[in-house]
Amino acid sequence: MNHKLATAALVLAATAGTASAEKIKFEYWYGLTGDLGAVVAETCNRFNASQDQFEAVCVGQDGYEKAVQNTIAAFRAGKHPTLLQSFDAGTADLMLSGEFYPVTKLMADTGVTIDWADYFPGIANYYSSSKGEFFSMPWNSSTPVYYFNKDIFAKAGITEAPITWEGLEAALVKVKESGAACGLAYAPSSWIDLEQFSYAHNVPVASNNNGYDGLDTELLFNTTLHVQHMENIQRWIEGGFATIRTQAAGKTARDSFVEGECAVFFSSIADHNTIHKLTPAFAWDVQMIPTYEAVERNNTVVGGASLWVLSGKTDEEYKAAATYLAFLATKEEQQFLLENTGYIPVTKSTYDALLAEGFYAKEPFINRDIAMKSLTVTETGPLTRGLRLGGMIQIRAEWTAEVEAALAGQKTMKEALDTATSRGNEILARFAQTYAGKSFP
Amino acid sequence: MRRAYFKFSWIAAALLAPQLLIIFVFFYWPSAQALYWAFTLEQPWGGGNTWVGLDNFRKVLSDPYYWGSVRVSVIYALATTVLAMSMALTLAIFVDRQLAGYKAYRVAIIWPYAVAAPAVGLAFQFVFNPGAGIFSYINTISPGWWDLSKYPWQAVTAIVIAGAWKQVAYSFVFFLAALQSIPRSLTEAAAMDGARPLRRMIDLQLPLLTPTFFFLLVINITDSFTDSFGIVDTLTGGGPFRATDLMVYKIYADGFRGFDYSGAAAQSIILMLLVMALTFVQFRYVEKRVHYT
Repeated sequence: MNHKLATAALVLAATAGTASAEKIKFEYWYGLTGDLGAVVAETCNRFNASQDQFEAVCVGQDGYEKAVQNTIAAFRAGKHPTLLQSFDAGTADLMLSGEFYPVTKLMADTGVTIDWADYFPGIANYYSSSKGEFFSMPWNSSTPVYYFNKDIFAKAGITEAPITWEGLEAALVKVKESGAACGLAYAPSSWIDLEQFSYAHNVPVASNNNGYDGLDTELLFNTTLHVQHMENIQRWIEGGFATIRTQAAGKTARDSFVEGECAVFFSSIADHNTIHKLTPAFAWDVQMIPTYEAVERNNTVVGGASLWVLSGKTDEEYKAAATYLAFLATKEEQQFLLENTGYIPVTKSTYDALLAEGFYAKEPFINRDIAMKSLTVTETGPLTRGLRLGGMIQIRAEWTAEVEAALAGQKTMKEALDTATSRGNEILARFAQTYAGKSFP
Repeated sequence: MRRAYFKFSWIAAALLAPQLLIIFVFFYWPSAQALYWAFTLEQPWGGGNTWVGLDNFRKVLSDPYYWGSVRVSVIYALATTVLAMSMALTLAIFVDRQLAGYKAYRVAIIWPYAVAAPAVGLAFQFVFNPGAGIFSYINTISPGWWDLSKYPWQAVTAIVIAGAWKQVAYSFVFFLAALQSIPRSLTEAAAMDGARPLRRMIDLQLPLLTPTFFFLLVINITDSFTDSFGIVDTLTGGGPFRATDLMVYKIYADGFRGFDYSGAAAQSIILMLLVMALTFVQFRYVEKRVHYT
């Protein structure tokens, strides 16, 4: 661990040495990689070209997890960046450490105006404190949807993509009867199968309103509709309506879909752009994640990452970072992100303007705003704001390992989810003990 | 045994100082830090920690999945060591006998050692991939038989083969050097007494190799406990359902991915003690059978 610290410190010392006096520079570490990473770098170039006062020095960190890990190491050595792009699961520790500068306060202190009320509540609630103050700046946002092969659906006589699980099951049965090789390409995802599923059905993942009201939280997902849902998925796999498609099993769900093999797969709306680029040889579309018929549909919650301003920097650097964040929030920059990735707009005004311009009526953006409909189907309630759980990454790993064990026939789904819950509760208790006496702001 | 005594010399101390400083900064200081964290609950972003005594150890040792991880680590270490050393010895004997093309082999066999573990994992991913790898041919004969995401023993086999492949090169170099340092007169004398190559190998070469054998055993076992991370990370990610969650990988997953610095520190201490204990056992019991000449 200290090796890492020392290296990070050395690298930073080397880059800091080249700072020039003219422009006020601030450092920004981001997690997105590949094509998406290039888009982040491009926003920095656009920002730097747009004015001559500030300069964003943007450094890719090879993944969200690494971005947070490296920032922690650098932070402990006092060499951290001003701005960090962090994913949802990595932020509980940061929130409780208090080592960040809430963006609402940052904007007020630096005199930069942002219309906070313009943000979609489903997005705003996820990134703000109980008092409605934004911790971090929403930026690349997504939500899950399902992708379906229109040609396979048409051949099976399905005219409309179902929005209920019962409907989807019936569709998968028809797909199988029509002779298609593979119905649902399934890969266990706690983000979709557990978290977003629970929001959409308004059932809790954990006590204390999903952890928002205190650290003495316990997981509840082994007692909710989630159990029946996972048992259904298992039944579909056994019945041949769904197949497990993961990297370890030979081919990912997305590849299985894009190659025309499987009719349906679930993923983030962020994949919408990627699939267009892969140009599948069939017609396809997206639909909201289904809900069960007996349940009234609720909103899903935003995923992706947000931008955190860290403590311990100079006023000048904060001013520069605030300007950059305000720049990203403009309609032009949101549109730039949308056009180059599969992400969604974060403010109502931008979304309305795009709708008015017919942005979502032309390829390749048609129906991409299904994600917006999924996010805004209801007002957010206590169980549909998101999760505030410590050790989220470990809890997700426990869930995945247990579900995989159940799907491989090692134990029943109920046993697996019980084990995941009790092990997750140990992680939560440990987290509460680490931050004894603190609570989420 | 005679002992030599040296007077204290400032010059010697000054010459040693940089090396000792490096060892202190990069080995003893982090180890001490890990030891301290193992007895506390450390907040990742700084901001203090709480002393919890042996709690972290108690928690880790009472976790059945942790013992699963210890078990698979031991299996991995023993299997890779046996496989790597037997392969290396076989290859070294062939090269030592100067079979056709041995010069090319001698160079080629050393290469794998220069390949980084994650790259090895990635390369073997192509070999073992149930959908597109070489092993997928098995699946064309018997569909679904080879599936790393389903069968724990297959995943363990895969990382053992990849791990052993990486370690063959190192052992090979040492075995070859040891074989070549056996005086020719011994081999020739044995040959004149009518011993054939196989007999010479069993009665002459192998006994003379025991010091090298012992050295490689210690190094290989230590290495497979501590250096398996890259292969696991790229090849199986610890799955399916924790079947290949080696101790080192678990430390990474809990500490760096899960921000549980203290739990990871406790696990590191346990791993360190385990490797020390194994090394002790080897020196205490195995070394007795080693004959240094």
